[in-house]
Amino acid sequence: MDEAVKFHFVVDGNDFTSAGQASVQIKKNLRQLGIAPEIIRKVSIAMYEGEINMVIHAGGGEADVLIYENRIEIILTDNGPGIANIDLAMQEGFSTAPDNIRSLGFGAGMGLPNMKRYTDAMQIDSTFGKGTRISMTVNL
Amino acid sequence: MNTYEHSVSLDISRCTGCTTCMKHCPTEAIRILDGHAKIDPDRCIDCGVCIRNCPNQAKKANYSKLDSVMRYKWKIALPAPTLYGQFEKLEDIDYVLQGLYDIGFDSVVEVAQAAELVSAYTRLYLKTEGITKPVISSACPVVLRLISLRYPTLKDHIMQILPPMEIAAKMARQKAMQEHPELGDEDICVCFISPCPAKVSYIRNGFGDYKSEINEVVSISDVYFSLLNVMKRGKTPVPLSKSGMIGISWATSGGECSAIFNDKYLAADGIENVMRVLEQLDNGNISSSLEFVELNACPGGCVGGVMAVENPFVAKARLQTLRRYLPVSQTFLREEDGEYIPEGYFFDKMPTYRPIQRLSENFGESLRMMSEIQKIRAELPGIDCGACGAPNCRAFAEDVVRGKTQRGDCIVEKVRKTEQKNQNKEQKEP
Repeated sequence: MDEAVKFHFVVDGNDFTSAGQASVQIKKNLRQLGIAPEIIRKVSIAMYEGEINMVIHAGGGEADVLIYENRIEIILTDNGPGIANIDLAMQEGFSTAPDNIRSLGFGAGMGLPNMKRYTDAMQIDSTFGKGTRISMTVNL
Repeated sequence: MNTYEHSVSLDISRCTGCTTCMKHCPTEAIRILDGHAKIDPDRCIDCGVCIRNCPNQAKKANYSKLDSVMRYKWKIALPAPTLYGQFEKLEDIDYVLQGLYDIGFDSVVEVAQAAELVSAYTRLYLKTEGITKPVISSACPVVLRLISLRYPTLKDHIMQILPPMEIAAKMARQKAMQEHPELGDEDICVCFISPCPAKVSYIRNGFGDYKSEINEVVSISDVYFSLLNVMKRGKTPVPLSKSGMIGISWATSGGECSAIFNDKYLAADGIENVMRVLEQLDNGNISSSLEFVELNACPGGCVGGVMAVENPFVAKARLQTLRRYLPVSQTFLREEDGEYIPEGYFFDKMPTYRPIQRLSENFGESLRMMSEIQKIRAELPGIDCGACGAPNCRAFAEDVVRGKTQRGDCIVEKVRKTEQKNQNKEQKEP
């Protein structure tokens, strides 16, 4: 069967305090499926970073998680400002997060690099001024 | 196979099937079946939340009665520091310790003393290179069990020293053997005076490969009432206590942290808060400068245990007064001994991780079940009323797919269907 179990989350951009909840929910679901703890950790970190990014930079967005027999796909879509220079954004330590977010401990410039590090494949499609779509795959 | 012996049980004659405990259970281990609460032993972590919340006192903690301790030849009491906070206007801990002798114990070793040893070790351990930080305290058995059942990636954070009660038991047994060589092992009863059922479970089941050195566990509440009869405050007590401020502070949340003498710590109490912290630690998004994490399943720390008598915050206030003129610590790791801690004071292994929430052994089958759960959940009213006997609609959908309950058991759906039928009838016959 190559039909995926799908989970859809709306990531609220107005409420910073609720950021990270989709990744907690996904973690619970993955545990129920009996997926190995190391994989769960990878997925939840990648997902968490993505969620936080959408809240900080894009005013929220949507997260879809598709679980197949051999892989997990995470698709994050937003209608935010887009990423001006993807190569630069991928550099560790580069961040455009505002100061008030940094004071909370975010904005270390590790979001995208961590998402790449913890997944087996990652693709970023971004149109400046229109939005960003990131798809990540973790193989099972 | 689950052979774990839990310490929470149900008095079925008192249980009205009211759903209160089911709604409060942090691991969704309770269902109402045939009008009564039923605990899933695989999911239960002995936190005692159901005992605390039952309006009918139907949930009980299992522990030994004092009588069963008294039949031994040499009875050693290990009072948890929480015990000291139960008494009104207590001026000195020695009154309590003298009382323990007076109710029949032959020896008393304070758990607070062992706690001070653990604190001394913790300070050393935090300076060790190559350890995984933040270090998580190993004192609360609920936290240990939660981590081994649900957060396997956090195993390496746990400091593998035994909890103070076990170290106190080892100290007590050794002392008895030295002072009374005539005693055989079977003559000695090491008896822990416990604030909570989780510690009872730890003692009865051991932990990983470790077998407890404690023979019997009695409750603080039982001992409290026995002590009230014998404690005479008029006469000056024999100075018995060897606890300092640190040892006493272990009874309340944050006490263990305050003894590490640095400010890079986190202390959380109450099972919901503890689970949130574990979740965040597991996600790796807790400040990296954190050195130590103290987690207590009970609100306020051990003083909030369900086998204690007094309101935890009142007990905490009393302990604050009690410790005021005590030395900071009375038990140390001595430098002349090479700051030595016996090897037996550590445990080697965490219990094996069991993914209790897993739907099926087979991944394809799990996926199929999960998509079925999603489908059913979408059909359900989503008001989480608990009338079906499951704590919420998602848990009900899961129970249906696991074959534990019937799809038709949703009460709200039934009522809505009947209403629909009646409406249809009315429309037909105006």
